[in-house]
Amino acid sequence: MLQAAAFYILAATAVISAFMVVAARNPVRAVLFLILTFFSAAGLFVMLGAEFLAMLLVIVYVGAVAVLFLFVVMMLDVDFAALKEGFLNYLPLGGVVALALVGILSLTGVTWVVSDTAGAALQSPVPADMANAEALGAILYDRYVFFFQLAGLVLLVAMIGAIVLTLRHREGVRRQNIARQVQRTREDGVEMVDVKSGEGIG
Amino acid sequence: MNDFVTEFGPVWGTALAVGQILAFMVVLLLSLAFLLLMDRKVWAAVQMRKGPNVVGAFGLLQSFADFLKFVLKEIVIPAGADRPLFILAPLITFTLAFIAWAVIPVAPGWVISDINVGILFLFAISSLGVYGIIIGGWASNSKYPFLGALRSAAQMVSYEVSIGFVIVTVLLMAGTMNLSEIVVAQSGGFWNWHVLSFDLLPWPVFVITIPMFVIFFISALAETNRPPFDLPEAESELVAGYQVEYSSTPYLLFMIGEYLNIVLMCSLMTVLFLGGWHAPFDVAPFTWIPPVFWFALKVLALFFMFAMVKALVPRYRYDQLMRLGWKIFLPTSLVAVAVMGAIVVYSNAS
Repeated sequence: MLQAAAFYILAATAVISAFMVVAARNPVRAVLFLILTFFSAAGLFVMLGAEFLAMLLVIVYVGAVAVLFLFVVMMLDVDFAALKEGFLNYLPLGGVVALALVGILSLTGVTWVVSDTAGAALQSPVPADMANAEALGAILYDRYVFFFQLAGLVLLVAMIGAIVLTLRHREGVRRQNIARQVQRTREDGVEMVDVKSGEGIG
Repeated sequence: MNDFVTEFGPVWGTALAVGQILAFMVVLLLSLAFLLLMDRKVWAAVQMRKGPNVVGAFGLLQSFADFLKFVLKEIVIPAGADRPLFILAPLITFTLAFIAWAVIPVAPGWVISDINVGILFLFAISSLGVYGIIIGGWASNSKYPFLGALRSAAQMVSYEVSIGFVIVTVLLMAGTMNLSEIVVAQSGGFWNWHVLSFDLLPWPVFVITIPMFVIFFISALAETNRPPFDLPEAESELVAGYQVEYSSTPYLLFMIGEYLNIVLMCSLMTVLFLGGWHAPFDVAPFTWIPPVFWFALKVLALFFMFAMVKALVPRYRYDQLMRLGWKIFLPTSLVAVAVMGAIVVYSNAS
């Protein structure tokens, strides 16, 4: 009974907050609702017995990715009046796109046949003799290690691309050179001069 | 908690579990009151002052007096603030600080929830901690809090990475993510604690783990916004950072959350590196003393170090902070993970 109650609370939170992501007027609140959605999804993972996935979802998405979202959205200077202005103009077009999407999805849903073997593969549970972190590790780092490495490389290329696109060298910027600072001695830094009064250094 | 439910039925089991959690929270808050006093006393002693000494003997009741003062004051919410989020932010910080304690084992079996992914749970909760600060800074709708919140978010996200890698090295040694099992893996004597790990000789693992311990300590300072990394609330440039607009109880919640996180980091270091509840020697006079005492002693020693750092070290500049996190700690801990992985593989193979 407790489990059913927890499931309904988490599921309802997930659905309502996902709706609020779209409905919220303030973009920062929208991101916060998105975080709530992630969080309830993590709760649902825990209820399924996939606690490792749940923790990863919280650490990666909530703890890192969503913080960056929030970072960007908070610094945006959003003009709400300008946003609302175009809303009615685009409503017919948006409605057509939404209807088309619903139609396609329902057509697929009606005609989609899942083969018996695929269904069985989807349901394959974690082996009883290992925790789900171990089971995931055995699949990811053992059987599919090349695909895993390949995915890592793709991400690396994307990262390098982003850095190359935004990197620019500016002339005349004074940077701190710690090695030079440490190597500075009394002789380099201090010059003793004997200044006669009324003459100056010259 | 599940044990209670299976043993005493759903109603009494839940009641017992809630009672246990409440008792733990009360003990935590009471210890925190005296730890706050200790922090201020150490700070005062370094500066050759006396520190709080008026309320109660030696100022022992100072924290309780402060508490009353905070609670009785009026809550001021700025006119331009986002009211719900403004109130929500300190609550997030406060609640998360308590939730994390659920998996910390203070003695054999003395843990609220002995889950298998305990260390990941802690990591997840501590990565959520940034939200209290960033929401508080944004909801204040003012410049200084916002700058403080941005600094804090960048700082906490950066240092979480190296904390994660340090934790991975310990996990590789212990071979489990359950915190109680990590402590059990360090039984025997202080030479078996992960910071020394002489039990793995002839592999000189301490060459890795001692620097890892230091990196974890410094990253914990940055993660909890303690000096010398207190840039989010740097009073000389940002007044008080994200806390500028907060007063009375909401401010108190922020402060309690912050200190709870500091003590949490101390106990995490105790569990991961200093053998948790184990006595330094596994012989008679030391084993008579209950394990929870050893745990508290180690946490206190680490907290003393935190207090000393606050008193002794000047604040870092922001670019130095980022340089330390990304260019020094991250590569070092990454190499340590690789080397430790190799050691674990080869020492098991031979």
